[in-house]
Amino acid sequence: MPTLANYLIASGLLFAIGLGGVMLRRSIIVIFMGLEMMLNAANLSLVAFSRYGLVNGHQNYDAQVLVFFIITVAAAEVAVGLAIIVSLYRARQTTHVEDLDTLKF
Amino acid sequence: MITVAWITLTAPLVAAALILLVTRTNKPLAAGLAILSSLISAVGGWAIFLSKTTGEFTAFNWVDLGDFTIPVGLALDPLSRTMLVIVTSISPLVFIFSLGYMKKEEGYWRYFAGLALFLFSMLGIVLANNLVMMYIFWELVGVSSYILIGHYFQKDSAADAAKQAFLVNRIGDFGFMLGILLLWLATGSTTFSLVNAPNDSGPLHSIHLLLPVAVILFFCGTVGKSAQFPLHVWLPNSMEGPTPVSSLLHAATMVAAGVFLLARIFPLVEASPVAADIIAWIGAITALGAGILAIGQDDIKRILAYSTISQLGYMVTGAGLAFSAALPMFHLFTHAFFKCLLFLSAGSVIIGMHHEQDIWKMGGLKNKMPLTFLAYMAGMLALSGCPGLSGYFSKDLIMSYAWESHRAIFWVVVVAAGLTPFYMARQALVVFFGTPRSDHAKHAQESPAVMVVPLLILAIPAVIAGWPLFQHIFFPPDFGSLEEPHVPFFVPYIFLSAFVLGIALAVAIYRNPLNDPLRIPILQHRFYIDAVYDWAVANIQGGFARLCSFLDRWFINGVLVQGTATVVWTLGFALRFLQLGNLQAYALFFGAGVVGLIYLLLR
Repeated sequence: MPTLANYLIASGLLFAIGLGGVMLRRSIIVIFMGLEMMLNAANLSLVAFSRYGLVNGHQNYDAQVLVFFIITVAAAEVAVGLAIIVSLYRARQTTHVEDLDTLKF
Repeated sequence: MITVAWITLTAPLVAAALILLVTRTNKPLAAGLAILSSLISAVGGWAIFLSKTTGEFTAFNWVDLGDFTIPVGLALDPLSRTMLVIVTSISPLVFIFSLGYMKKEEGYWRYFAGLALFLFSMLGIVLANNLVMMYIFWELVGVSSYILIGHYFQKDSAADAAKQAFLVNRIGDFGFMLGILLLWLATGSTTFSLVNAPNDSGPLHSIHLLLPVAVILFFCGTVGKSAQFPLHVWLPNSMEGPTPVSSLLHAATMVAAGVFLLARIFPLVEASPVAADIIAWIGAITALGAGILAIGQDDIKRILAYSTISQLGYMVTGAGLAFSAALPMFHLFTHAFFKCLLFLSAGSVIIGMHHEQDIWKMGGLKNKMPLTFLAYMAGMLALSGCPGLSGYFSKDLIMSYAWESHRAIFWVVVVAAGLTPFYMARQALVVFFGTPRSDHAKHAQESPAVMVVPLLILAIPAVIAGWPLFQHIFFPPDFGSLEEPHVPFFVPYIFLSAFVLGIALAVAIYRNPLNDPLRIPILQHRFYIDAVYDWAVANIQGGFARLCSFLDRWFINGVLVQGTATVVWTLGFALRFLQLGNLQAYALFFGAGVVGLIYLLLR
């Protein structure tokens, strides 16, 4: 039986990997995947807290309900984000962040 | 009758506005409107005078703040009625004369609009029933004189003269304003009826100590407007304006306003002997100084300008002698006619001479311009104090009163009275007698009827205005006493001998010279007063202006305005290096920021 700490460590690892992806990779698609991974890391810790945190001896499902909301919103966000990336590619023929530096001084 | 008074006052304003808005291009209509309005005013003025309406008529309160009210109203009393007649009788003649004088000039409509506005302002001063309203019209006179003196504004000298007249007047007006404030502070009122209330019951009582100060401050206004020493410099320079303007300026409007103010607040002057003494002395000094300066002038109009200053000095002296308000007003009354006449004659001469104003280029005009010559002689003799003509009576009165109260002032004024016939005869001899000194003088012609007729009309009052009959009509007993004081029998003879001596000396010196036999540098430089003012303005005031400009340029603009801009710009410049254009760098900043915030919140 895994403990809460195990879940949180897994969640932290997931978040760190996602953050690393966002920080280090150059392709916007991969950065986007890193973002999703961080989102799911947060979901995992929410579910874990919900599973292990008892309120007056009863389970509290609020956090699990919240996770469903997050998944829904994330799905919508992915749709919008991918659409932006596609139109960006059409406009600039690239998805590499290094090439997108018009705002630079 | 009060409606008539309002119409009298506003007719010229309406004319000025109509000329300005409607009739710009139509010369006859512009002139016609101005003349019509002046005639309406003249009829109204005489109607008011003959009806002997007395009283104060407040139309409405312009400012009404609790205790502090400034009414807009008219005051009709012997003083304003007589002044009204002077102003409204002379103006139409000047307006009509202008038809001929300005015929070939530019800015015809502008000129007539200015004249009408000028008349309106002066009537406002005469009819106002309180000091604040008078002050407003006082400033309006300044503005309209600025417009008229600077009529030939393309000429630098005219533009400068207009500016000088306005600024010098402002100096005096500032004193006037302080005087009004002081009086209001002390009495809580600015209406003449309250200010001039009898001494024991009126509010005068409460400002016993401040009274001389207030009167002197009011006198500052007179010094500016009536061109008394030391603010007389603008008047000779104002000769840059068209001659009819000079005539109006010197006779009935503008310079008369200063003396009128003294007569208006005469009870205050009477109640403060110290201030009255100062006023009398300033007047006497002005009368003498300007008389001396008139000898050294070559310009036909400038000579008359200095003689005006000298005569204004008499009036101010008359006010300072503090016998009655009628004393200075009587001289103002006679002077208005003959000085207007003299200026219009000078204008006629100038037109005949094709705009030549140097008297040493004239000569022998007596035969070529006989009517102008006649009119001129009437004015000149009246001004000089020839017995039987108007100037004699008013000057004689002032001198008799001076003998009674101020023996020293009497002698100063007598010398000035001797100078008057001297410089006037000098001018008459050089201009009208002798041989022509230039081609223009040889071919001079009499002016058209539109100019000569007003001259001849004016010559009549110039001769008779001082006669006892008219003295009684225009200066009734309720105006103020004009009783001849009891002086020793020889006093009038002193005056008379001064007149004869002045004429004789002038004839002896100026019978027929080609050049000025008396060339005195200090007179030609006008006692160096103008030079001193020039120096003071250029160095003291100019230096102060440069200091202000320096502060403005380097401190206000350099440090405060530019400094702020520079600091913000520099900060912005430093911060723009953070804009790397790299998405992940922004993410890093964002993440670092979140971590920092969490650290701060959970610490």
